[in-house]
Amino acid sequence: MSMSATRIGAVIRKELAEFRRNRFILTTTAVFPIVFLVSPTAQILAIKTTALSTVLERRVETGLFLPLLIPVFVPAILAAYAVVGEREQGTLEPVLTTPVSRVEFLLGKAAAIFLPAIGISYLMFGVFVAITQFAATPAVATAVLHAPQLPAALVFIPLLAAWAIWVGLAISARATDTRVAQQLSILGSLPPVALTALMSFDVISPTFTVAAALAGGLLVIDVLACFAVAQVFDRERLITGTKPTTEQQYRVRGA
Amino acid sequence: MSGSSSIPTRPPAAAPPEAAAIEVSHLTKVFGSRTAVADVSFSVARGEVFGFLGPNGAGKTTTVRILGTLIAPTSGTAVVAGLPLGPASAAEIRQRISIMPEAPGLYRRLTVTENLDYFARLYGLRRREQRISEALTAVGLGDRAHDLTGSLSKGLRQRAALARSLLNDPAVMFLDEPTSGLDPVASHEVHVLIASLRDRGVTVFLTTHRLDEAERLCDRVAIMSTQLRTIGRPDELREALFSRSLAVATAAPLDQPDQVFTGLPSVQGWHTTSPTANGPANYVLTVTDPAQAAPAVTRSLVAAGADVLSIAEPQHTLEDVYLELVEDTEGRTR
Repeated sequence: MSMSATRIGAVIRKELAEFRRNRFILTTTAVFPIVFLVSPTAQILAIKTTALSTVLERRVETGLFLPLLIPVFVPAILAAYAVVGEREQGTLEPVLTTPVSRVEFLLGKAAAIFLPAIGISYLMFGVFVAITQFAATPAVATAVLHAPQLPAALVFIPLLAAWAIWVGLAISARATDTRVAQQLSILGSLPPVALTALMSFDVISPTFTVAAALAGGLLVIDVLACFAVAQVFDRERLITGTKPTTEQQYRVRGA
Repeated sequence: MSGSSSIPTRPPAAAPPEAAAIEVSHLTKVFGSRTAVADVSFSVARGEVFGFLGPNGAGKTTTVRILGTLIAPTSGTAVVAGLPLGPASAAEIRQRISIMPEAPGLYRRLTVTENLDYFARLYGLRRREQRISEALTAVGLGDRAHDLTGSLSKGLRQRAALARSLLNDPAVMFLDEPTSGLDPVASHEVHVLIASLRDRGVTVFLTTHRLDEAERLCDRVAIMSTQLRTIGRPDELREALFSRSLAVATAAPLDQPDQVFTGLPSVQGWHTTSPTANGPANYVLTVTDPAQAAPAVTRSLVAAGADVLSIAEPQHTLEDVYLELVEDTEGRTR
């Protein structure tokens, strides 16, 4: 049976409808972005006209880095809940009795998290930049607008979000408890953030080549991750909590 | 719920035809060191309502999950809805069947319609609104279509889950305890629905603990206890398991019961169940043919001057069969 856009779309629709009606999810997706917006914005606005260029540069680096945590933490929490949460609710087994394949199910889940996550991330980033342009001193506004981290952030937002989602889904497919899944998921999302941080703070020289290589590597990993996560999404393990004991496993051939 | 208020009488159960809806051969499932299902073989005819009974932990749900392609067998083969069980056909099998687990598994923040619409899309159905409306009407939930499932009672959620399993017009329906938690009226309505499904040619694989339900609805039943203990029509099982007998009640104990009962046509033996000297007495006669034995026993009792209170053939229920088999199994495993 070939991959079906209808089935993927069905998962996306269902997920988004559930997000809209879940106060916990709405609160989580609202609080994190606000925290990561308020802190750097306050720091940037606090810079005085007389500040040294190194101080200015450091504040701008920090200011442009913190919003990058939004596309990591928000999807990591949502993705961690995606499979184990359904399992705890008892809704997973009925879904697995339908023709939906593992890849379709996971792609639907991932897309439903990816779209709002990057939407919120770009929105917060845009708000941050807009505030600096209208409320910060001219020197700060110019520094933010011409910082090399600005275009890099625009590229890295979707890449980091996708990484966090696949890590979260992989952990969610193996975890037996939502809270543990969410904690592990946040930890698992950190490695690419750490790399990005090292570049943002000039520990690794943020040349175009290094940034492009990191972005390219993340892109490849994000694309392949869907199939890797599908391998750990095992119907039998999810339903019975035990590993299949036979060669005849239904997770092969995308079933 | 729509449909008539009475359950159609059960048609004569036919032997499974060549193209059975379900054909299971030597199915075994082992979880670690525990064998859940051991060497189980049976077949279910198209349009049959097949009861799958057994105590908790007997392997019923595991068997359903294997046949529903949710878990893989350790060994053995099966054909479900015309397709061999296996990785290559798993998705196609799931398209042709539906499974209603014991827990409804509904999204509580979504309405009944939204829940069904999700599954209709997963099945790739066309005319989704019509299918959803028909399914809800069939289970009597049309007026609750836009309620959040989290606000429904357990019985109504069970009905919504049943509506979900009707959506894809399945050739084979696996129903795991479909009347669990339902009140008598709602249970009866589910029974009517199952009977109507049989009339439409849908094969129903019914897992239940309610033996009265199985006896009333099922053409054949299988009793599991890791292994398949028995399979057949309820009346066949009763006959196979219990020797036929006549229960005789007299106003007072017979003086010489051996002389009264021995040598009568079809009577193979007798024993008393009320060994008191005074008051009414009860005797159980083992017979080969109750219809032939009853007149002869009556004549013999009258000739002996006995005051006969009743002569009847005891009726064993499916529950008697079940208890006999399950207690026998548990006794052997202790």
